[in-house]
Amino acid sequence: MITRKLTCIVCPLGCHMEAVLQNDEVTAIHGNGCKRGIDYAKAECTHPTRVLTTTMKVSGGEYPLVSVKSEQPLPKGLLMQCIKAVNNVCVRAPIQIGDVLVENILNTGVSIVSTKNISVCKDIGIAVRSEAGTTRKS
Amino acid sequence: MSSKDLVIIGGGPAGLAAAIEAHRCGIRDILIVERDGELGGILQQCIHNGFGLHIFGEELTGPEYAWRFIQQVHEKGIEFKLNTTVLHISKNKVVTTVSSDAGLLRYSAKAVVLAMGCRERTRGALIIPGRRPSGILTAGTAQRFVNMEGYLPGKQVVILGSGDIGLIMARRLTWEGAEVKMVCELLPYSSGLTRNIVQCLDDYGIPLKLRHTVIDIHGRERLEGVTIAEVDQNGKPLGHTEQYVACDTLLLSVGLIPENELSIDLGVLMDPVTSGPVVNESMETSIEGVFACGNVAHVHDLVDYVTQESRLAGRCASAYILGNIRGNDDKAQAIRTKAGVGVRYVVPQIIRKSNISEESKLFFRAGGVYRNAKIILRSGENIVYSKNALRVVPAEMESITLKKEMLEQIGKTDDLTLSIEKQQEAPRG
Repeated sequence: MITRKLTCIVCPLGCHMEAVLQNDEVTAIHGNGCKRGIDYAKAECTHPTRVLTTTMKVSGGEYPLVSVKSEQPLPKGLLMQCIKAVNNVCVRAPIQIGDVLVENILNTGVSIVSTKNISVCKDIGIAVRSEAGTTRKS
Repeated sequence: MSSKDLVIIGGGPAGLAAAIEAHRCGIRDILIVERDGELGGILQQCIHNGFGLHIFGEELTGPEYAWRFIQQVHEKGIEFKLNTTVLHISKNKVVTTVSSDAGLLRYSAKAVVLAMGCRERTRGALIIPGRRPSGILTAGTAQRFVNMEGYLPGKQVVILGSGDIGLIMARRLTWEGAEVKMVCELLPYSSGLTRNIVQCLDDYGIPLKLRHTVIDIHGRERLEGVTIAEVDQNGKPLGHTEQYVACDTLLLSVGLIPENELSIDLGVLMDPVTSGPVVNESMETSIEGVFACGNVAHVHDLVDYVTQESRLAGRCASAYILGNIRGNDDKAQAIRTKAGVGVRYVVPQIIRKSNISEESKLFFRAGGVYRNAKIILRSGENIVYSKNALRVVPAEMESITLKKEMLEQIGKTDDLTLSIEKQQEAPRG
């Protein structure tokens, strides 16, 4: 039996909770201010997830990076590997908000999408230099 | 010189919302002047999510939130100039701008909206001793470098200040391969959101050292380390707690300052606590036809409130242009709002009863951490309104809705005092 302390993040109250785990299952929760805290504590103890918001390299664009996000939360334990996978991708401009840049990242079923529009760069010099760094188009 | 009905200084979330609202109210001759290369302001570098919960009912990233408004500016054909800096606004509302494309251009405006946002407090303002090696930057600057320019500022990082910008950057730098050694916070509590403490620090085992600050900087060309120390309740370093921390990067997240050089130059009345212009219920400054909204008026935590406030400014600027409301010269029914016990500031600072046609909001910040408190609005001895609050903290701006019926209760005294009473946990130092 393990007791785990955690702070709820569902609402700004930030209740300090304690979850009791037995065989990887949450058997009791203390300190929650409402029902939503129970769901959060259960998920956080058994399969915590986080939304990934990061940047991806762009070639031929007006900017060298595009901001991206995971469409759904990803398993917390896979986050650093997902970031590595995103950092290995270079996407070619133009990019629209919502474009899927990586489908089903690391077999999680979750896609990485663009959160910004990036138009094609009008400066040919920059476009050529960034093309050289392109590893693959998504 | 050309003339415009409405000139808006700044194309960030405040300027965008004001412009779109003014357009909705029938104003067509609008110009947004933006000094950066794109619209959207600071949102463009805030690639994390959490924006738009109130306005859209969705959790968007900064750029996505900005796009919702930029898209409307394009669709409505609202004119904007990029890479253009405003140098001066005269009392008769002539706006002088400069850009490398167009040179010096002047616009004579019927109304002006100040939406310049804010800048970050720097090391110079903190007076941290030591040489000036490279590797010391404000958290927002680092955010721009990492998220927009593609540079990693350093590999071993110490962050001073536990506001949200510092916390977000602690996680961002960790994600990009840096080692964030600690976050130091002068006060006994963090000013950041709990969700950020959890998701940015706890998730990565980054220690949060409360009641700590940086007292010395080491390194010639490049930062080599900092000396940190614990502080007493007056913020004075305790000598025996000094500790050297090796690092090549120091990020400062120590406060935001509304960017009001233009406002001060123009001569609007300023509020020393908000560091922004004194505004009335219409977000109008002491100069008739000049309005202010967003971070330039007072630093916000949620962009959703910036949008609401800026829509109000846009609406009132439109009414002013169309001649539908009286200007600032009618002081007959003006009520001053005042920050009472437990309150740091209240915005708007002036309310003209006759100009309230719908519910008006009073925004305020607590001066300390309060749990199970009562927020009380008084006119002289009379309690005009009160509500219970489970939790009020300086880091989260709050509001109360002023209904017209409440204002009828206000007596001959021309002050409305807002205070917070009951259990206080930790007074601000």
